Amino acid sequence: MGRKLLLDKAHVENIRQYDVYRQNGGYRSVEKALKSMSPDAVTEEVKKSGLRGRGGAGFPTGMKWSFLAKPEGVPRYLVVNADESEPGTFKDRYLMEFIPHLLIEGMIVASFALGSTRSYIYIRGEYAWIVGILEQAIAEARQNGWLGKNILGSGFDCDIYVQRGAGAYICGEETALLESLEGKRGNPRIKPPFPAVKGLWDCPTVVNNVETISAVVPIINEGGDEYAKIGVGRSTGTKLISACGNIKKPGVYEIDMTISVEEFIYSDEYCGGIANGKRLKACIPGGSSVPILPANLLLKTAKGEKRIMNYESLSDGGFATGSMMGSGGFIVLDEDQCVVRHTYTLARFYRHESCGQCSPCREGTGWMEKILWNLESGKGKSSDIDLLWDIQRKIEGNTICPLGDAAAWPVAAAIRHFRDEFEWHVTNAAESQTRNFGLAHYANELPVAPASV
Amino acid sequence: MTTFSPEKLNEFQRLVSAYPEGKQKSALIPVLHLAQQEFGGWLSSDTMDYVASLLKLDPIEVYEVATFYSMFNLKPVGKYMFEVCQTGPCMLNGSDNIIAYIGQKLGIKPGETTADGMFTLKTVECLGACGYAPMMQLGKHYREHLTKEKVDAIIAECSQQAAKQN
Repeated sequence: MGRKLLLDKAHVENIRQYDVYRQNGGYRSVEKALKSMSPDAVTEEVKKSGLRGRGGAGFPTGMKWSFLAKPEGVPRYLVVNADESEPGTFKDRYLMEFIPHLLIEGMIVASFALGSTRSYIYIRGEYAWIVGILEQAIAEARQNGWLGKNILGSGFDCDIYVQRGAGAYICGEETALLESLEGKRGNPRIKPPFPAVKGLWDCPTVVNNVETISAVVPIINEGGDEYAKIGVGRSTGTKLISACGNIKKPGVYEIDMTISVEEFIYSDEYCGGIANGKRLKACIPGGSSVPILPANLLLKTAKGEKRIMNYESLSDGGFATGSMMGSGGFIVLDEDQCVVRHTYTLARFYRHESCGQCSPCREGTGWMEKILWNLESGKGKSSDIDLLWDIQRKIEGNTICPLGDAAAWPVAAAIRHFRDEFEWHVTNAAESQTRNFGLAHYANELPVAPASV
Repeated sequence: MTTFSPEKLNEFQRLVSAYPEGKQKSALIPVLHLAQQEFGGWLSSDTMDYVASLLKLDPIEVYEVATFYSMFNLKPVGKYMFEVCQTGPCMLNGSDNIIAYIGQKLGIKPGETTADGMFTLKTVECLGACGYAPMMQLGKHYREHLTKEKVDAIIAECSQQAAKQN
């Protein structure tokens, strides 16, 4: 049983209410930070904790905070990215819906560290009912003196506002989010300048994910060094994984990053195994943008080592034989699923979500969707597979923001690892309309490379 | 004439007050949500012009935003809009069958509205409920773990609610 730092109180009855949250140790980190620490000391603890951004990129949070420009007389802003839209990812929703005060508490501490007196939560428009939950928590925090002027007599003022988006995956990209928060289309900005220098309304801004900011609470309560003791290597602390697809127990799990992928999928504490007694075929371990892996490469690395649920192990082997931790959106495919069809739905998603600014992404995502649809519906040609490969190569790295890469990677990984299945759709077009390719050899043991390689 | 009620004007003021002086353009998306909810579930050009005048923006600034975001409807929709997710994780759990079933039951294709103006069927991309698939958004809330029986119950629930209101 791993340690829980974020969800340890999630099942306390009525934890959504201020009184219950407070009775269970809530807002201690605000007391500690505002009464006994300087803003820089708070940032220092976050640095020591080794916390890495939980939105997908995994950038060290303390370092991001220390990059924030602090020119005299210019406001600085903290913006929480609650635009959770990466397919497979629904962990931030869980935090906000069930323990909203944890995010508010983390935001007050982070705002203090950054000197933000006006902080924002940008939440995806579809999470409409959660806006009310957050606004209620903010109102309760304000009534109890945790927000407003001169909080706890520290001289620090802070207020938090919630802004709803309106349906755009791209607004999870931090500069698109800022554009949207300014009332514009969600077109990502060219960087540099980075938000740390020129962000919201051209002022220095830090944009952090909901889970990242929530993790600041246990870091301040227990100290950065204590937090860093959990986990392994540069994967410190706990991580929320939202597990979905063909598993017995889909849901949000908090793990410390030492358990194996196999344990996560099969143990009753987590996913409980594959649903309906079927076998594991493939998995996208970190949200739809990261490479899909066949069962054999998912459970063990190409070196034959057990794969662990952390940043380093999931990416072991690079894109040739590994994947990424990403946002922690863990999508499991059983033996009866079709990788071509699944990849097609992802390509359609990225075509729908491309903002249209950069032509490789705007044109390329639509092209990939059409080719994948042809392959899936039995109208594909053998050359289509090479063409798909070529298109994704021409999108990757050639766009302003990472949406282009995010659209290219799932297609590339599907072809890389499941080329047989794509070819079968071409050579057995009629049959592919009535049955799926199945598990094939994707769960077979891999030959282990010699240790010297 | 498109205008907010005094109560909605208060709500409008509250939305604008979340931003510093002179940054009222930031309230555009929240105000468009309010307008859409208030004026029949969609944004006509009259509605958008009204929002522009409230926020002191050029109408084009409103149009370009309204056309970018998928939650803003630019033509009339049914009283109840079933927004069914069709992305990967939902597909793995049978969303294709759910979409087909709703379509068959209501006699419409995705993107269409029933002749009586009651129901619209819309397919959408990932709504962040992957662990509770298949799912749809109905109004402000999510309906999750959909089955054919649940779909039947939801349609009946909407019809009853509408009958009560008439």
